Amino acid sequence: MALNKLYTTCIQSSSFLKTFQNVFGVTQARNFFNYFPTTTMPVEGPTEKINMYQAINDALDIILKEDDTAMIFGEDVAFGGVFRCSVNLQEKYGQARVFNTPLCEQGIVGFGIGVAAVGSTAIAEIQFADYIFPAFDQIVNEAAKFRYRSGNQFNCGKLTIRAPCGAVGHGGLYHSQSPEAYFAHTPGLKVVVPRGPIHAKGLLLSCIRDPDPCIVLEPKVLYRAGVEDVPSNDYSLPLGKAEVLQEGDAVTLIGWGTQVHVLMEVAQLAKSKFNVDCEVIDLVSILPWDKDTICKSARKTRRVLIAHEAPMTSGFGAELAATIQEECFLQLEAPVTRVTGFDTPFPCIFEPFYLPDKWRCLQAIRNLLDY
Amino acid sequence: MVLSKNCASLLGRYFRNTLIPKTLSASYTSSQVHADVKLEWTQNLNFTGSSSLLIPSYRVLNQQGQIIKESEDPKLSDSVLEKMYKNMTLLNVIDKILYESQRQGRISFYMTNFGEEATHIGSAAALNEDDVVFGQYRETGVLLWRGFTLSELMDQCYGNCDDQGKGRQMPVHYGSKRLNFVTISSPLATQLPQAAGAAYALKGKNKIVICYFGEGAASEGDAHAAFNFAATLGCPVIFFCRNNGYAISTPSKEQYKGDGIAGRGPGYGINTLRVDGNDIFAVYNATKMAKEYAITENKPVLIEALTYRVGHHSTSDDSTKYRSVEEVQHWTATENPVNRLRLYLENKDLWNEDMEKQWHTESRKDILTAFDAAEKKSKPHWSELFNDVYQEIPDHIRKQMEEMQQHIEQYKDQYPIKAYSP
Ligand SMILES: Cc1ncc(C[n+]2csc(CCOP(=O)(O)OP(=O)(O)O)c2C)c(N)n1
Ligand SMILES: [Mg+2]
Repeated sequence: MALNKLYTTCIQSSSFLKTFQNVFGVTQARNFFNYFPTTTMPVEGPTEKINMYQAINDALDIILKEDDTAMIFGEDVAFGGVFRCSVNLQEKYGQARVFNTPLCEQGIVGFGIGVAAVGSTAIAEIQFADYIFPAFDQIVNEAAKFRYRSGNQFNCGKLTIRAPCGAVGHGGLYHSQSPEAYFAHTPGLKVVVPRGPIHAKGLLLSCIRDPDPCIVLEPKVLYRAGVEDVPSNDYSLPLGKAEVLQEGDAVTLIGWGTQVHVLMEVAQLAKSKFNVDCEVIDLVSILPWDKDTICKSARKTRRVLIAHEAPMTSGFGAELAATIQEECFLQLEAPVTRVTGFDTPFPCIFEPFYLPDKWRCLQAIRNLLDY
Repeated sequence: MVLSKNCASLLGRYFRNTLIPKTLSASYTSSQVHADVKLEWTQNLNFTGSSSLLIPSYRVLNQQGQIIKESEDPKLSDSVLEKMYKNMTLLNVIDKILYESQRQGRISFYMTNFGEEATHIGSAAALNEDDVVFGQYRETGVLLWRGFTLSELMDQCYGNCDDQGKGRQMPVHYGSKRLNFVTISSPLATQLPQAAGAAYALKGKNKIVICYFGEGAASEGDAHAAFNFAATLGCPVIFFCRNNGYAISTPSKEQYKGDGIAGRGPGYGINTLRVDGNDIFAVYNATKMAKEYAITENKPVLIEALTYRVGHHSTSDDSTKYRSVEEVQHWTATENPVNRLRLYLENKDLWNEDMEKQWHTESRKDILTAFDAAEKKSKPHWSELFNDVYQEIPDHIRKQMEEMQQHIEQYKDQYPIKAYSP
């Protein structure tokens, strides 16, 4: 194409922009997963076909409506947030309850702890999980320990932090990270990762109502990846519960967030290439995590693969692997194996080589079967 | 018992030291200083509010491109003036082409600099190449001024095998050791305390550090830490704030309630300047003066340049959602920094329409040539993802690299290896 044609003014020539509504909506890299929608309904009643950011918006709407102490805040939240999760909420509930903060993550979380400490409901948005680290002290030393250090006189359980995480195709070092393990290392926090619209809504509602501070890490690539029939009514999904998506007897595949979709496809590949049935589990909740479901499956299949985007060393897979070998040692046919991001920062142009993609997972299954 | 005895003796020592010695007490009462705050007593209770200080904005050129007060004309040579104008307009054409190329999916991301050209070129021109730059991301003009080539720029945006950053970062995260421009990092404001540290270590070496940041980033804790460190530790650093009215969708008025960013300087004990950021001579004079002061006094300077982000925040943003087209038009029409310099040059007979056309054609051609070349180059070899985590690859990373090597051999068809260097 003649690049000369490119030379047209683009200051405010935004007609073509309208189709791209969220910050990382334009995915030009190859797809690294196929979306597997959830079809089992958590509750009866009417449903609506919506994607994940709309489901989150729906949950926030429900909370603002029912709880008049609830407030939503963060960077660029007022106009809807860079991923559109809070769109239209300020118009509906006013500037006092849905508002922009100055650009400061430690401020956002500290402010949220204060809101929660006096009994109001705080829903804080960190624009990208990669930018949660300025708030690390407030989260790890403050939110997580507020109850414990006061002998349960005070708590900030009404605080929920939402942050978009994970690979998106071209996010590079600072728009791709999956920091769940840092927070899972901190007693006092709860951490969940939804895999799609139904889970995003149900888990967010649970987290907001949970009596302890929670972090919801939302894989940003899923905001618009697919739609599901999401129940329109209020519902919640349990924290601390994993979900068996597909039963099998050969290998247990454990993941969370986007990786669940990768593993669903891997299970299909394993069936067609190796003629084995894998059991696919979405961990859903990183902390607390569902030891019973995981170990039950490990005892059944005797082979376990854990896959996550975050680096291998001290990733949350390490915790699962350690517990599985401790609990199921005699039943295992092979060492628990991990397929993860490498122990490097998240590299932009090399993302296709960095991710624990379906081929790396498939080969790991082969190795487990051949052990 | 032992404890209370200790306390008593400590207290005794405290009182002896602070109150009793005659010489000390004399200087103490006359200095009128308490906890290093100068004192003036009052019997009236009045708030000191945010409006008690209003820092004026320094301007040299008016909108017609005329010098308002003759003494403020920096009297730059014709060649410097021409380089300034050419850099500003070159930056515009680069921005237009790269912005559009992102819309076509040829590069993954881009951020334009429209409206802020004078802040980049005016400040860069006032410094030397060995003054160290810590940038935010919207300072491409500074790199152009220092001689960053079009190829270097395009190679970074493509993350190809000639990108000095080896394809690891998103587009516009430039960096150049050669040009003393420290590689851009996305997390906001992290560069501010780093700049203070660099300046401290460079004290007495006849150079300074300039640190660019947005008014949004100035809300981060790191910004406050940096100001206080630089002031207390005497760091020759220029904190250059581009106050362009927005941090993505958040307008400046939701970012602070004091007198802008400049208003903070005096609170930290930092000499401060506020300038019209769309006036290249104002920016130039301010930066020049700031450098002289920083280097002779070993102290920081804060400059707040008032400007406007004419383009969207980035290719991921649609600013029509949160600001009016009229607002943007006002800034492009009446406050346009490029036009202002052009009018000045035309008044002096240094520029005309023919030269404009010729320069435009030439710069577009050069940019497209570099763009095409960058697009054709392969990406770095995939194993570059494992290098530079540490100076030496540790065993555990080497093992991962070797496993990946084996895996790719086995699954050749599943990886885009052809796009990467052999
Ligand atoms: C620590 C951190 N938080 C949030 C972001 C996301 N972010 C990127 S740019 C930006 C706005 C910055 O505004 P400003 O500093 O005024 O610079 P401008 O874009 O106007 O040049 C935000 C919120 C980030 N990069 N880093
Ligand atoms: Mg700004």
